[in-house]
Amino acid sequence: MVRVLIPTGALGLAYDRAALARGVANRPDIIAVDGGSTDSGPSYLGRGVSKYSRSTTRAEWRDLMLARAEAGVPLVIGTAGTCGADSAVDWLYEITCELAAELGQKLRVARLYSGQSPDAVADAMAAGRVKPLSGAPGADAETLRSCANIVALAGAEQIRVAIDTGADIVIAGRTTDTAIIAALPIARNCDAGGAWHGAKVGECGALATTNPASGVIQIDFDETGFTLEPLGGIARATPYTVSAHMLYENTDPFILYEPGGHLDVTGSRYVALDDRRVRVEGSVWVPGPYTVKLEGARIAGYQAVSLTLLRDRRYVENARTWAEDIAARCRKVAVERTGLTEADFTIEMRLVGQDATLGPLETGRTVPTEVGVLAIVTAPTEPQAVEIAKILNPYLLHHALTEEEPMPTFAFPFSPAEMSRGAIYEFCLHHVMTLDNPMSAFRLEVSEVGHG
Amino acid sequence: MAEIGAIVQKVRSKNAGPFWLTVDVFCGSAEVFARVVSALDTARVAALYGVSGADIRRFDIADLNVVKFSFPRPTVQGTAADRDMHGAAWAVLLEEMEIA
Repeated sequence: MVRVLIPTGALGLAYDRAALARGVANRPDIIAVDGGSTDSGPSYLGRGVSKYSRSTTRAEWRDLMLARAEAGVPLVIGTAGTCGADSAVDWLYEITCELAAELGQKLRVARLYSGQSPDAVADAMAAGRVKPLSGAPGADAETLRSCANIVALAGAEQIRVAIDTGADIVIAGRTTDTAIIAALPIARNCDAGGAWHGAKVGECGALATTNPASGVIQIDFDETGFTLEPLGGIARATPYTVSAHMLYENTDPFILYEPGGHLDVTGSRYVALDDRRVRVEGSVWVPGPYTVKLEGARIAGYQAVSLTLLRDRRYVENARTWAEDIAARCRKVAVERTGLTEADFTIEMRLVGQDATLGPLETGRTVPTEVGVLAIVTAPTEPQAVEIAKILNPYLLHHALTEEEPMPTFAFPFSPAEMSRGAIYEFCLHHVMTLDNPMSAFRLEVSEVGHG
Repeated sequence: MAEIGAIVQKVRSKNAGPFWLTVDVFCGSAEVFARVVSALDTARVAALYGVSGADIRRFDIADLNVVKFSFPRPTVQGTAADRDMHGAAWAVLLEEMEIA
């Protein structure tokens, strides 16, 4: 039997400290925590940085390092620093070194790097070893070289190699959400279907229970399946909460693709052991070709934004007309004054309170009390984006719906009115790459840090 | 006629990676599940989200009383045209749809 303690769905999201202490007292074989995903958008991968604050990450990681020392087992994090780029691994490694010194811990730390060189991926693509997944954008060698960062998602095999170094802590770059949980049970010959299924259910911590905010769960893996037990005071797992979790962020609720095969839960059986614990058996692992998913992000222009508030009833009722009139006038002025063509930049007016969330898909038709006009300028360079946002300003401040009315003035919550958002990024890969050897696209470094 | 959101437990939408969206309708009971399954037309859902009917995958899951739709995101996550980074707000379109 292998017991995996999972403190939270992602480092930085907070969790119940008392529940973590219960988990440590239950003598886990490993502590596994996820550090990120693509869910917060392409900017983090593009810049290779964490979404969550350094101080929050440091405080939560400090607790987990103390829990690891008390349990005397490895602590593994996957997709470190939100995006799992090499720089994000280095960022968490630096925090780990600081904490090791502060806590008086002497540690072996393994860093698993998932970053890919564009040239190596381009070579693999030329050799026919990179294939698009359904819905993927077109990508060629030029696309690869335009990426600020490319990562491959490591699976259980690479995590196992890192654990086998005897590391106290494994800081992994981009991995599948499940790999850090499934790796040790698979290495110790637990049922592979159960290992991947339990890992999928557990990757969001207590999200598959009745009390998601408590965070902490433990999963016992064995030769025939797994048993999930939440450790938060009031959290319960039921056959419903556990089986429904396969729906989450997954296009197909029965199939989950991983490096080296896929999980099929069509025939899984969910049984309540009591009012808190659920037993699952019958999940099937189907081996397949060894492929790893690729993610890449590149710069897609620069943005400047501004926010203007309309409260006057007549302007609220005619907000769309007013905003589009301003955008049309400013497009012409921007072409005259910046040398750009209309195809080079966009001015988009999103009406907050009307349809900013759903845009053309919006079906609601009520007139709100007020409207926030979020003007978004996207241009090839940052100075051009800011310049065009400034060209908009006098119109946003004073533009009248008709020529025969006193000059209106609208509300601005900020000075300066324009905010440069810097570079914006886009995901440009949704592909898999075939590997002959699981470690051939990954790099492992092991160091002794701190002092005991 | 009733709004789906008024008769089911919850409608949830979420990214399934940057290029796909998945929408789960938690019906809450076998009766509501049966009603949603028979009254909810996949073509209407495709039109609601502005995607091609051929791109929609639908799962009617009786064990969970869940109807699930997965389809390419109406806008790719995080592009300049995207309005909802986590894809969570799109659920409201289905919530507010009326069915027999």
